[in-house]
Amino acid sequence: MSASGPGWTPSPRELERRDVRRQRSRRDLLVATVAAVVVIGGLLAGLLLSPGWPTVRSGFLSWHDAKASFPAVIKGFLKYNVTGFLIAEPFILLIGVLVAVTRGTTSATMFPLRVIAVVYTDVFRGLPTYLVVIVFGLAIPGLGLQGVTTNTFWLGLTALVLCYGAYVAEVFRAGIESIHPSQVASADTLGLSRGQAMRHVVLPQATRRVMPPLLNDFISLQKDTALLGGIFVFEGLFAAQDYGAYNFNYTPITVVGVLFLCLTVPLTRFTDWIGRRAMRRQFAGVR
Amino acid sequence: MRTPRKAAVLAPLMLLALGCAPQASSTTATDTTPTTGSQTAAQCAQGHTMSSGKLTIGTDSPAYDPWFRHNDPTNGQGYESAVAYAVAKQLGFAPSAVTWTKVPFNSSYAPGPKHFDFDINQISITPARAKVVDFSDGYYSAAQAIIAVKGSPAASATSLADLKQYKIGAQTGTTSLTAIRDQIQPSSDAVVFKNTNDAKTALANGQVDAIVADLPTAFYLVAAEIDHGTIVGQFPSAGAPEQFGMLFAKHNPLVPCVNQALATLKSDGSLAQFEKKWLSDTVNVPVLK
Repeated sequence: MSASGPGWTPSPRELERRDVRRQRSRRDLLVATVAAVVVIGGLLAGLLLSPGWPTVRSGFLSWHDAKASFPAVIKGFLKYNVTGFLIAEPFILLIGVLVAVTRGTTSATMFPLRVIAVVYTDVFRGLPTYLVVIVFGLAIPGLGLQGVTTNTFWLGLTALVLCYGAYVAEVFRAGIESIHPSQVASADTLGLSRGQAMRHVVLPQATRRVMPPLLNDFISLQKDTALLGGIFVFEGLFAAQDYGAYNFNYTPITVVGVLFLCLTVPLTRFTDWIGRRAMRRQFAGVR
Repeated sequence: MRTPRKAAVLAPLMLLALGCAPQASSTTATDTTPTTGSQTAAQCAQGHTMSSGKLTIGTDSPAYDPWFRHNDPTNGQGYESAVAYAVAKQLGFAPSAVTWTKVPFNSSYAPGPKHFDFDINQISITPARAKVVDFSDGYYSAAQAIIAVKGSPAASATSLADLKQYKIGAQTGTTSLTAIRDQIQPSSDAVVFKNTNDAKTALANGQVDAIVADLPTAFYLVAAEIDHGTIVGQFPSAGAPEQFGMLFAKHNPLVPCVNQALATLKSDGSLAQFEKKWLSDTVNVPVLK
C-alpha cells in the first residue's frame, strides 16, 4: 500500500485519505469497546443482580459440591463417554461408507442389499436415538439370547453406532453424489472398473468434501454418549445427576458441562480448521 | 455509515439485557411465620398455601405402589396418598380442595419458586438436603431391603459380606444406593437406575444380581412385579432410622402447621392405621448381619 520509495512524498490528498482512515478506525474501536462493555456488562449485571442469583449460585456453582462430585463424574466421563465415543467412531465410519456405497450401486444382484441399506437408513435415522438406546439396553437382554451380552454399555453403544451410522451414511451419500459424473466417465476411459472408480476416484474426493459435516456428527456423538445414562450406564451426566439427587445440588451438572466442552470445543476448532484448509486447497489462489 | 447500523443491531441486545434485570421478588418478603402455640393446624395454615383455599401437593409420576395405588394420587389409596389427605384434613382442606401436581424427583429441589405447597414422594430426610429445602417431621421410618430372584446365588446371602461379590443396583439419588455403597461396598460398582421400573427390568433380565429398595417398595415388587422375586433381608439400621419427610420450599410458613398435623395423626393412631392398611407387615424380614 504505502510504497514510499526515495523521492516520493504522499500527495496532500493521500494524506487526507490516511487521516480519514485513522479517524474511522479509532471511532470503530471506541464504538466496539463501548458496545461490548454495555452488552456483556448488561448481561452480567442482569444475571448477578437477579433476585434468585444467590440461590442459583449455591445450587449450580457450589465449589464444595463441585469438588465432592468430581471423582465420580470424571470417572464416569472417562470410562463411558470418552471411551464410548472412541470405540463407536470407527464402526460408524465403516457402516456409513458401506451403506452409502451400497446405495450407489446399480447392478441387479445388489438389489437386496440396496433395499436393506435404504430401510436401515430410514429406520435408524427416523427414530429418536434415545428410543433406540432404550430398546437395545432393556429389550434385547429380555430376550435371553445365548451369547448376547446383557451389559448395557455395549448394547447402548451398538444403538449409538447404528443410529449415527445412518446419519453418516447419508452424509457420505451426499458427498458421493456431489462428485461430478465426468470424474466417473474419466475413470471409465482410463479402464478402471466401477468399483475401482469408486475406491480411487470418487470416495477420496467425496470424503474430503464431507469432512466438516462428518466432524459435526462426531461432536454430536460425543454429547449423545450421555444417552447411555438412560440404560443405567453410570456415565458422566448420570453420575452428576445422581450426586445431585442425593445431595439436592445441581453443581455436578455444571462440572460435567465443563468436561463436555473441554472435549467438544477443541474438535469444533479442528473442524473449522479442516474446513478452511479444504477451502484453500479447492479454490487455491482465488479470493 | 457502518457504525450507526452496528449500534442499531446492538441496541435491542442491550434492552434485552436490561429487561432481564432484577424485578422485585413478591413472594418472600410478605409472608410472616405463623405462631403455632394454641392454634389448630387449620388456623395455622390459613392463607399460607400457594393459591388460597387450595392445597397443592406434588409427587412424581409414575406414582408407585404401595405409596399410591394405580398411579393415581387423587384416589386417597396407598400410604402416602392417605397421609396426604389426612394432613390436608387437619389443615382444613376438604379432599375437593386438594390439587395434585406432577413433580419429577430431580426437579423437586430446583432453585426458584416451587409449584407445590409440599411434595410427598418417599423422600428421605438428610442433613445435606435440609440445607436446600425444608422437610416436615418424618411420617414413615424406612428400612432398606435387598431383593433377588429366588434360587439365585444372591438370594441365599445371610450377611452383608455375602453380598459383596454381586452386582447390585438401586435407584439414583436414593438412600438405597448409599446403603449399597457404604454398607455392602460391593467389589463391582453399584448399578444406578433412573427409576424402580428400570431396576425391576434389570433384575428380571439378569443384568444385576440384586436390587435394593425401601422395605415397603420391596414387598410390593416381590408380591406383584417381579416373577420369583424374594426379599433376601433388610439392612441393619446404622444409628437413627431413616425418615421420609414432606418436602417444602425453604422457609415455607406451612412447615410448622404440617408438623402439627402430623403430630396429631401420630398421637391418635392414624399413621399406624394407614401403615397397617397399605404397607405390608415388615416384622418377619430377617436382618442381614
